[in-house]
Amino acid sequence: MLPEIGNFALILAMTIALAQGVVPMIGAARNIPGWIAFARPAAWTQFVLLVISFGILTHAFVSNDFSVAYVANNSNSALPLMYRISAVWGGHEGSLLLWVLLMGGWSATVGLFSKRLPPEMVARVLAVMGLVAVGFTAFVVFTSNPFERYYPAPMDGRDLNPLLQDIGLIMHPPMLYMGYVGFSVAFAFAIAALLGGRLDAAWARWSRPWTIVAWVFLTLGIALGSWWAYYELGWGGWWFWDPVENASFLPWLTGTALMHSLAVSEKRSTFKSWTVLLAIFAFSLCLLGTFLVRSGVLTSVHAFASDPTRGVFVLLLLGIVVGASLAIYAWRAPQVKSAGNFALLSRETFLLGNNVLLVVATATILLGTLYPLILDALELGKISVGPPYFNAVFVPLMIPLIVILGIGPLSRWKQDEFPRLARMLRSAFLVSIVLGVVIPWLLFGKVELMVVIATAISVWLVYAVLLDVAHRCRHKSSFWKGLTSRPRGFYGMSIAHLGVAVTVIGIAFSSYYSLEKDLRMVPGDQLEVGGYLFHFDGVRESHGPNYTATEGVITVTRNGKPVTTLHTQKRTYTVQQMPMTEAGIDAGLFRDLYVAMGEPLGDGGWAIRIYYKPFIRWIWLGGLFMAFGGILAASDRRYRLMAKRTAPSGADARLAAQES
Amino acid sequence: MTKARFLIPLFLFLALIALFVVGLQRDPREVPSPLIDKPAPQFSLPELLDSNTTFSTADLQKQPVSLFNVWASWCVACRQEHPFLMELKRRGEVPIYSLNYKDKRPDAMAWLNRFGNPYTAIAFDEKGRVGIDWGVYGVPETFVVDRKGIIRYKQIGPLTEQAWQETILPLIEKIRAEEG
Repeated sequence: MLPEIGNFALILAMTIALAQGVVPMIGAARNIPGWIAFARPAAWTQFVLLVISFGILTHAFVSNDFSVAYVANNSNSALPLMYRISAVWGGHEGSLLLWVLLMGGWSATVGLFSKRLPPEMVARVLAVMGLVAVGFTAFVVFTSNPFERYYPAPMDGRDLNPLLQDIGLIMHPPMLYMGYVGFSVAFAFAIAALLGGRLDAAWARWSRPWTIVAWVFLTLGIALGSWWAYYELGWGGWWFWDPVENASFLPWLTGTALMHSLAVSEKRSTFKSWTVLLAIFAFSLCLLGTFLVRSGVLTSVHAFASDPTRGVFVLLLLGIVVGASLAIYAWRAPQVKSAGNFALLSRETFLLGNNVLLVVATATILLGTLYPLILDALELGKISVGPPYFNAVFVPLMIPLIVILGIGPLSRWKQDEFPRLARMLRSAFLVSIVLGVVIPWLLFGKVELMVVIATAISVWLVYAVLLDVAHRCRHKSSFWKGLTSRPRGFYGMSIAHLGVAVTVIGIAFSSYYSLEKDLRMVPGDQLEVGGYLFHFDGVRESHGPNYTATEGVITVTRNGKPVTTLHTQKRTYTVQQMPMTEAGIDAGLFRDLYVAMGEPLGDGGWAIRIYYKPFIRWIWLGGLFMAFGGILAASDRRYRLMAKRTAPSGADARLAAQES
Repeated sequence: MTKARFLIPLFLFLALIALFVVGLQRDPREVPSPLIDKPAPQFSLPELLDSNTTFSTADLQKQPVSLFNVWASWCVACRQEHPFLMELKRRGEVPIYSLNYKDKRPDAMAWLNRFGNPYTAIAFDEKGRVGIDWGVYGVPETFVVDRKGIIRYKQIGPLTEQAWQETILPLIEKIRAEEG
């Protein structure tokens, strides 16, 4: 009975979403206050219904109700409770329900935190989000319903894919989806502003915190996915340029461009139609990612169950949402006037450079991802595009991006003088060149060109950020006063930029200085890797709730002193009979020790793989820096203050005058 | 004219949609290779595990029918497919040869050490030249080659029990019957 109620709540949520999409939109166009006011309660009701629906599906998993087909396909009575709950989004249907739930959550939150926005703006924003929600809820209801039943119910379920039985993958999809769906808010603001003709500084200011929060979630989601791949897939890789990974990376790059472009739109009232286009692109790429992943047009390592009807549906959805928004853009954007002008050497130019590089990076990765599909559609043959292409095009774009990332925050709006910037950055230039060579040489004793470049631009960036902090505090009576007087947004930016440097160092050092050894070991054997002595103690049998395992134990010492004991397992999951390797990892800020066990080689010998990976944690640590910086920036006081301001600021008034 | 440039994104997007409509009608896993029922491309490559010996197209023609599996240590789907290949080896119905594609020797060997080696012999195609001749575009792929060196079937993506029972095993029996 309960699953039917869940299904009913979902259908009801879809109809409410339709009303939320239509009524306030007409209300805003015709200026009918009652219809405008409908937006918020509709968003809240929709969300409550989705919570009920999602809660019931979760209950079905927790209570092992295998009469629900989706539960039977993705769970098992022996599955630990934690994974039974995460299995709710372990398959296609449930993950889409999660998507819809989060979308409803964002709508409800916008409804809650928009009390001081003009009512017709809120109405349009929620209406746009409602219309997108209708599409996705219909997708769930008509093609991917998680509440369908099995008659008669099977005795037990087929179990969750063992790859997904992991803490990293419990958190990864919700974070990623929060990011994906979060960009719908920036998108809805952009469309609402286009429709209402309110493409002004106020619009940019409202969009900024929402965009930043969505970006933070996406950052964390991508970092989690990469971390999971590193420890779970078992050969130390952390990024594969797989179509599904690219699907999450494309909106991230565009979203990053959007955050920066919004800053220009708010502060200088220029780049506005460009910013709107970026907001449309960012969300379109989220939808495109969903299409690529769910339709099966591209072969991917993620190997999701794909189904042509679903592909057609998502394509239709993509076509309508993006086509309509680009049509609105073509219709309304020509009326947007850019107010500010700027000199060639100014912060605007550096941010433009940021945007151009990020958008070009997005375009090249998109091209690489779609190229096999393009050739196939034109009947030019079939090919696959791999990491060599992506590395070759992406890295050269990121180097200049990081160089201007150092200069941008130091430069002035509107116009700057070259001698001033050169004076400030002369020492940074020298220090980064010198340290770029010295740091890798001191740490690893050998120097590679790419590592020197990576280290130099990271040092450059860190130096520039510190210089910026020092520079802005210098006029205050004391340095401490200066530090505390800066707004959170400034520190958010600085920390996020430092995060970029941290990630670059992590990528460079771990790619070039990792050590790997593969060998046959019998208990008692030992081997030195990177100054650590790995001693193979032996293997023992072990078993978990739904798997049996052979566990290898390796003791690590350094200069005779014990460091750690690593446990690596070869597991066989009993239901799906799938073998999995659990790597034994000793994580550290400056190095990871990583062992994985292979096949038995006879005579008590085992294939053992040992890694020494320097600085690999920095890759994800940088991601955390970026996310933390984003949170600081989004919680800046002025976003709370601006909500209280009733009188329009200069730029708003100007545009309001144009309109009337 | 100035207004027209705002239409550019829309037109680009429509072109993309047209592409997807075409793309959707083609299943990347099922489109047959142009090489089906054609002679297998000739090659001679070093053996992965023993670089002193070579592996060539002729080696595929020693039995009535052979499987030729393309894999790489960097390929996650190969890992998913791997237990099934081990199972096939255990059943011993047909020899499995393979092409290790665009890989590094230590990586590939470590992979086999860790997960087991289902292959009778492995050609090491470091640069991926032979893979291109064979029309490989997604790894893993598996070719069914008969004694005359004709490619009879190509499976794109991981081999599964279902594909095996429904398509490949009947084909193998048919080829064996042809030999009579």
